[in-house]
Amino acid sequence: MVKETPLVERHRELGAKFVEFAGWLMPIQYTGLLEEHKAVREAVGLFDVSHMGEIWLRGPNGVRAANRLVTNSISSLEPGASLYSPMCNEHGGIVDDVLVYRVGEDALFVVNASNTDKDLEWIRSHCDKDVRVENLSMETVQLALQGPKTEDVLKRVGLGNLVSVGHNRHERVSVQGMEALASRTGYTGEDGFEFYYKRNGSERVAERVWDALFDAGASLGLKPIGLGARDTLRFEMGYCLYGNDIDDTTTPLEAGLGWTVKLDKGDFVGKDALVKQKASGLKRKLVGIEMLEHAIPRKGCPIAIEGREIGVVTSGSFSPSLHKGLAMGYVPPENSQAGNEISIVVRGKGFRACVTKLPFYKCGSRK
Amino acid sequence: MIPEDLKYTDQHEWVRVQADTATVGITDYAQKELGDIVYVELPSVGSATVAKKAFGVVEAVKTVSDLYAPVSGEVTETNEGLGTDASIVNKSPYDQGWMIKIKMSNPSELDSLLSPADYRKLTGKE
Repeated sequence: MVKETPLVERHRELGAKFVEFAGWLMPIQYTGLLEEHKAVREAVGLFDVSHMGEIWLRGPNGVRAANRLVTNSISSLEPGASLYSPMCNEHGGIVDDVLVYRVGEDALFVVNASNTDKDLEWIRSHCDKDVRVENLSMETVQLALQGPKTEDVLKRVGLGNLVSVGHNRHERVSVQGMEALASRTGYTGEDGFEFYYKRNGSERVAERVWDALFDAGASLGLKPIGLGARDTLRFEMGYCLYGNDIDDTTTPLEAGLGWTVKLDKGDFVGKDALVKQKASGLKRKLVGIEMLEHAIPRKGCPIAIEGREIGVVTSGSFSPSLHKGLAMGYVPPENSQAGNEISIVVRGKGFRACVTKLPFYKCGSRK
Repeated sequence: MIPEDLKYTDQHEWVRVQADTATVGITDYAQKELGDIVYVELPSVGSATVAKKAFGVVEAVKTVSDLYAPVSGEVTETNEGLGTDASIVNKSPYDQGWMIKIKMSNPSELDSLLSPADYRKLTGKE
């Protein structure tokens, strides 16, 4: 049984093309991938991302339990703040990459739709009985408003006070009479907010919030955005996609996420493995790659140097903002410096490319 | 949209026949399925095509698809406009989005192509 978000009728009315993703019926595009991508980079876009999972760790030890599950430091996270972190297994491999919110004395994990069940099982098995693990994924609507004109939209729906909220911070607000958590976070590299609110019995309620933001943004160029453009937007920023660039065989150190690993905080799952890996050195590194001649790299394309395969592409696409083929992939550390020339094998033929620093897109409005 | 004066393949190419020349492109159904097209790789003028074999590639942002020759022959012309703006294929798949012209070596191959009615059945679309 495929799951539907409470906004599925709105997507149908807007002419969305649907795709089944992680057991959910999701809009992949409305007016077109390039047009939607451009709308987010130049104006503002509205995404229904209710398929994502929301898992709460409650109780006086919720925050402490969260800190033992992720590599980043949660105990130093104040209420009203959030951070991005991988959650590792004992080998240092990534179980999922999550956003952790400190909401009062509770911790909220926002997880990938494709990993919600796995993460719930993982979190439960790594928490003591004094932590109440609550899965509210099916009861939470999540919308993302992203783009340089975000603040203009907020002012038009009576949420002008959110303008002063800093990046990675959140507040409780009232949108159309609905209580919501509004956080200045996103997956696009643009300024924006993500809104979380209770699904409730009636779909009308969820639609009210969507409609309010949609109507407020209409004259500003707001467009509904599907998963297709969501992927090209994150990809241009070099943000990892679980299942592509990271999985349970890749460590945060290999994936360029060393900045999220706080080895000087207390114990956490995977710490020993990561300490060992740091000491012995990495065997591969995730890098950004830009094509020097026309070809569009795709996931799985071999990366080669002088005919010798040295790595593989984990994410690849045409970049709508930069008008060229780009890739993310793993290469040996000795080939990972920006400027290094390599070749990407696309459908059996090698094309010239070079390693480049991330993010690919450097003009994002993210605060 | 399925023009009545064309023939079709089950790989979603269309053919317009004028004397012994076949003009080839992809259908409206195909361009909709692919989404925004960003690149079309075409053979050079003078190269040979073989019926049912790939003659080129069409690339959309998220996917890539082979182009299959409906008939055998020699490529006499290719649409150079697609090199500057591949999105013409999305906007005008049957007209300005044409891809190659083939001088047919075996016109009887046209008989095994799909009529508009057959193509309509295949795609379940008008």
